[in-house]
Amino acid sequence: MATVGRALLIIAFAVALYGLGASLYGAFAGGRAWVDSGRRAVYALAGVLTLAFAVMEAAFLRSDFSFSVVASHSSTTTPTFYKATAAWSSQEGSLLLWVWLLSIWSSLALALTRRRVREVAPVATAVLMTFGAFFLMLTVFWANPFQTLAQPPSEGTGLNPLLRHPAMMFHPPMLYSGYTLFSIPFAFAIGALVTRRLNAEWIVSTRRFALAAWLCLGIGIVLGARWSYTELGWGGYWAWDPVENASLLPWLTGTAFIHSIMIQERRGMLKVWNASLVLATGTLAILGTFLVRSGILDSIHAFGASTLGVPFLILIGAMVLGSVALVVWRRADLRSEHQLDSLLSREAVFLLQNVVLVALAFIVWWGTFFPLISEIFTGTKASVGPPWFDKYIVPLAFVIVALSGIGPLVPWRRLTLASVRRGFVIPLAAALVTWGALLLVPGAWAQPKPAAFAGVVAFVLASVVQELWRGMRARQASARESAPVALAGVMRRNRRRYGGYVIHAGFAVLLLGVAISSSFQHAKDVSLTPGQSTRVDGFDIKYVRATASATAEKISLGAVLDVSKGGKQVATLRTTRGFYPSQDVTQGIVGRFFGGESESQVGLRAGFGRDIWTVINPNLTPLAGIIDQGNRTFARAMTGIVRGGASQQALTELYALRDQAIAAVAHRFVSNPWPADFRFIVSPLATWIWIGAIITFLGGLLALWPAPAAARRRVTAGYAARVARELARTTQ
Amino acid sequence: MDLLIVFAVVLAVVAFVGAPLRGRARGLDPDAAARAELADLEAAKDAKYREIRDAELDQRTGKLSEEDHRALDAELRVEAIALLKRIDVARARLGAAAADASDAPEAATPPSSVG
Repeated sequence: MATVGRALLIIAFAVALYGLGASLYGAFAGGRAWVDSGRRAVYALAGVLTLAFAVMEAAFLRSDFSFSVVASHSSTTTPTFYKATAAWSSQEGSLLLWVWLLSIWSSLALALTRRRVREVAPVATAVLMTFGAFFLMLTVFWANPFQTLAQPPSEGTGLNPLLRHPAMMFHPPMLYSGYTLFSIPFAFAIGALVTRRLNAEWIVSTRRFALAAWLCLGIGIVLGARWSYTELGWGGYWAWDPVENASLLPWLTGTAFIHSIMIQERRGMLKVWNASLVLATGTLAILGTFLVRSGILDSIHAFGASTLGVPFLILIGAMVLGSVALVVWRRADLRSEHQLDSLLSREAVFLLQNVVLVALAFIVWWGTFFPLISEIFTGTKASVGPPWFDKYIVPLAFVIVALSGIGPLVPWRRLTLASVRRGFVIPLAAALVTWGALLLVPGAWAQPKPAAFAGVVAFVLASVVQELWRGMRARQASARESAPVALAGVMRRNRRRYGGYVIHAGFAVLLLGVAISSSFQHAKDVSLTPGQSTRVDGFDIKYVRATASATAEKISLGAVLDVSKGGKQVATLRTTRGFYPSQDVTQGIVGRFFGGESESQVGLRAGFGRDIWTVINPNLTPLAGIIDQGNRTFARAMTGIVRGGASQQALTELYALRDQAIAAVAHRFVSNPWPADFRFIVSPLATWIWIGAIITFLGGLLALWPAPAAARRRVTAGYAARVARELARTTQ
Repeated sequence: MDLLIVFAVVLAVVAFVGAPLRGRARGLDPDAAARAELADLEAAKDAKYREIRDAELDQRTGKLSEEDHRALDAELRVEAIALLKRIDVARARLGAAAADASDAPEAATPPSSVG
């Protein structure tokens, strides 16, 4: 089937090039038939790439090691769940996933807008097909997932142990969905600029895709953070790693865009700003993809050095130069139709929020690319660490969170003193009460930043709850419904507004979790033998016993720990370190089972108040002697079998004995009280990071969910009727 | 077998993508610019209605006083009327002024954003 896969990629490449050409020809010379044909090319591309992706997935699920990518990223012992996800752990597979998702989302966007934005859509199709052709060119000529091996191995290398985590099933597809969905508003913005159709229609047609991109990218980022927290064994969720930052950049500018397009939609303002933002967001999405693949910056998440850097740089260069040229070229058409009515209005709050978000994006970009910038100017690669990021990001995060509370309280156009009184009293009181209450908590103000931040979060939550309450009461007054029904009703009728408010609340909770868990975290690295205890943040943690297990997939050495406070048992933690067999035969027949890659299973007791987190790093030194002895014994036995003709039965018996020996070696870790290294972390409110993320994404879904068409028509008709009556009066 | 699958895929793609080109040739739409302008105005009109609706919700949730809301609502309706007039002109230009009843009064009372 590899031949079919390769052929499908070539067909897809040809279809993408055709779609690009037909759309442009149709837009500028050939008429609707070519435009329609170009749009159908996008649908066809999605179909062909779905087949290609299915061929690749089937190869992984069947452990078909004749595919080079399967042999190097999967094995027969890899669980089926992870075989399916191993496809995108490779450079080749992830490129195919990227372009497949692009084709799916592009098809959806073009199908939904086929009767609208008729002038803009053909150019947008051409832009989307340019991306498609670019990524297909990479998969066909640089990183083909359907390359085969002349002599397939009997066993594959296996999936990188660090990627064997449920979050990894969804993290890359969500990130790539975010990146590819951001290509849609990018492409339509290019189309709008080229055709000079720069008013509200292209924004109305693509804003849902911008929101979907924001949501998917956000979920992808959080899944990555969760993976880092529970898999990487260092106890953190965000390290300002270049690849993490690369995904954050388009998310920040995308957040700004989602807010500022509302101003353009309503007032015809900020057209240059919005065009620049969406073009920057699309470019940053490609930059994020490039960073993971080029190897230009060191990252645990990157694919390592590759030859894909140059084509990506050419694409990014073309995107940057083309975007700037288009905006400058169309600057006359991008003039604002109105001006800001007041500096005290929701428009002004959005504008300030946009400036802060772009400043955040610039800081993240600068810190991420500083190693390259410093190398260019000084010849030395210097990098900045988390303290540098924290120094600039923390104050701006304060401002962003505060604005997310202020925004819902401020009406469009202008804010009056009366509305300040009505809107701000309760949220401000909530902030003051929180700050006052924290004075009563010993040590809470020892670190002023998180304590102050808690008050800001209280302000945001109070403002959102107040808005929900008032919306519910207004609905109750007009519809005579019970409180829950009225709340659901008002939220359903105003999904964008209340979805946005829920997002603000969730995001504030998430950042509170980040602020408190990072500021008041207690961490301790300690070596313990079974029976010994240590104390972390008032918790007594006892190393009860060692554990070991040996399977064909891995050897796991771990520990069971008891956590208590004041003599009262709080939790039992289980942590293991899994050792995966190495393919390096020089490590010996037994040794290679302990010398491959390893991963950690953390012991975690998550709670609303605090997380107690631990990871073990077993010391293998005491096992070195017995492993060496096993290596020698089995090497002699193997030599004997080979000299005797290497019968299959003898080999099978030898491997069975080897497996018993490995299990026995692993069991020594249990039967001997050797010391093991542990890292213990007690983080207050860490769970609220994930709860905040869930609230945020539920709000995103609410905002994204389309209102029923009938309801939309009814509402529009009602307002149309009122304005039409007014119109009739004015023309009489 | 592989070759057969590839051949079938190529045939299907060519048939599907080429279908619009086999029909009656449709040249460039001479009214494309006018249609696009009308679509832009319709989108702006919908946005204006949303703005009116949001202002009403702001008033009902106490963010705008009755007086402020009246002033803003009047302002928004003037803008909406200006848009409707421009839509009429655009439709007339397309020769379809009488065709659309989409803005005809359909409801005696405007539905509320909360009710």
